[in-house]
Amino acid sequence: MKIKKHSTRESIDGYLFILPWLIGFLGLNLIPMVATLYLGFTDFDMLSSPEFTGLANFIRMFTDDVRYWASVKATLYFAFVSVPVRLVFALFVAMMLHNNRRGTHFYRALYYAPSVVGSSVAVAVMWREIFGPNGLFNAILAKVHLPADTVWLGDPRFAIWTLILLVVWQFGSPMLIFLAGLKQIPTDLYESSSIDGAGPVRQFFKITLPMLTPIFLFNLVMQMITGFTAFTQSFIVTNGKGTPLDTTNFYALYLYSRAFESFQMGYGSAMAIVLLIAVALFTGLIFKSSPMWVHYESE
Amino acid sequence: MVEVNRSKRTRNTIIYHVLVIGIGIFMIYPILWLGGSSLKPDGEIWTRMSAIFPLKPTLQHYVDGWKGFGNISFAVFYKNTAIISVVTTLALVFSSAFIAYGFARLHFPMKKFWFACMLATLMLPLQIQLIPQYIMFSKLHWVNSFKPIIIPSFFGRAFFIFMIVQFIRGVPRSLDEAAEIDGCNRFKTFFTIIMPLCTPAMITAAIFAFYWSWGEFLMPLIYLNKPKLYTISLALRSFSDPSGQTDWGAIYAMSFLSLLPVFVIFIALQKYLIEGISTEGLKG
Repeated sequence: MKIKKHSTRESIDGYLFILPWLIGFLGLNLIPMVATLYLGFTDFDMLSSPEFTGLANFIRMFTDDVRYWASVKATLYFAFVSVPVRLVFALFVAMMLHNNRRGTHFYRALYYAPSVVGSSVAVAVMWREIFGPNGLFNAILAKVHLPADTVWLGDPRFAIWTLILLVVWQFGSPMLIFLAGLKQIPTDLYESSSIDGAGPVRQFFKITLPMLTPIFLFNLVMQMITGFTAFTQSFIVTNGKGTPLDTTNFYALYLYSRAFESFQMGYGSAMAIVLLIAVALFTGLIFKSSPMWVHYESE
Repeated sequence: MVEVNRSKRTRNTIIYHVLVIGIGIFMIYPILWLGGSSLKPDGEIWTRMSAIFPLKPTLQHYVDGWKGFGNISFAVFYKNTAIISVVTTLALVFSSAFIAYGFARLHFPMKKFWFACMLATLMLPLQIQLIPQYIMFSKLHWVNSFKPIIIPSFFGRAFFIFMIVQFIRGVPRSLDEAAEIDGCNRFKTFFTIIMPLCTPAMITAAIFAFYWSWGEFLMPLIYLNKPKLYTISLALRSFSDPSGQTDWGAIYAMSFLSLLPVFVIFIALQKYLIEGISTEGLKG
């Protein structure tokens, strides 16, 4: 078979098919991104034209903005705790529901249900009521005779944990991806290791886990980005304030309040640039480290 | 010996189901609680806080909540959300399938490069483009209209394009070739052969697109500032503002009601959702 050269007709058709995406990519992704890179070095309030200020935004951000650092701390804490817990839980449930027993389909739907309404305002509102001072959680504590007077959302030690719990509860999408991954592991691997006398625990660590590492890599990257840009939950639960003491003032929340409440578009853009660099850095690190822990089938 | 094994298996099966159902109830308890609480009369909300089933169920909270606020009822918010969700979903699914066909089947210069760019946008935090987009849309006088939320969906979305590309790659090429021999041009091939075959992938995409647009919060928050344009998400936020009114029953009722369309679609189409995700291509 000879190598196919691009025919002119086919090239034109190809570009016609991807044209909608191409327009969107240039107009909604690339040009705005470049504009952000510029605006980050300006002072811009939407009323007068942007005024170039060099590194002023970044210097102020890093040296003179306590709330900025609080938001960095809150976001990293949130992402580093919630992402691993969520993934481990998702894997645990996927293992539990990966079988041909009766009712498995129903169970999968049951466990996925909270995630379909995942980031909705309604669920965040519900969460705020559950952890309110007279909310459901304290009512249950009182029922089992535990101290029930903690103000969960008002205490800097606990507020962020309510949000972590909320996102861990919505482990559905990584669970589905794990389930799809489990389905792809050839069953003869398990059969031959059973003959060799390996028990379920050994099989999990020797077969299941290594075979799932490519899926794990994908989930980790996507969940990390979701974690870094978490917004709605904290916005609703804390009424857009990131209270108490900025312990839940996530990066995206603080960026929003700077850019769209105070109309400091330059400062907001500078924050977005740092966010992009942070995401690129962490994704890069994860990919860089992947040869050490991701198992690829040699074909 | 066989008997012993069988009874042991039965015991394990029972333990399994008890465990799975137990954890499952724990998982959906908050949602059932929300639904139950929305039906409790005012007194019961506090006296029987943790109960799911109300003693004297009432729809009063739904009647009160539906009135909304500022003389705008929830009917308006539902209408706004429905317009946005339906248009966005249809536009996203069809444009993504169209684009996916180009990436999956046609050869053209720089295809690999553009495909890589598309995958890269999957990982871009939205915040990096948010501010210039806002400036652009406000220059176009699109703020306080649905346009900034709806129009971008006509350009496809990387997640769906990728999903449908993966699906098309599984469709035998001989079908396209047969169509071409019959004299179809590529557009006709796409609309008459490929698109109908992609229905399962497009349904999966449509479910996700609908969920996301139904629950979308940040975009409406930025672009819709007039209460009569509010989506349900924005309305719930204002409605449940802790500094404002505290009709908990009505808040529970309207929150629960907003989840119902999502659950109905989920129950009706969950087969597509749970089976529809393929991990082909995630492997190295």
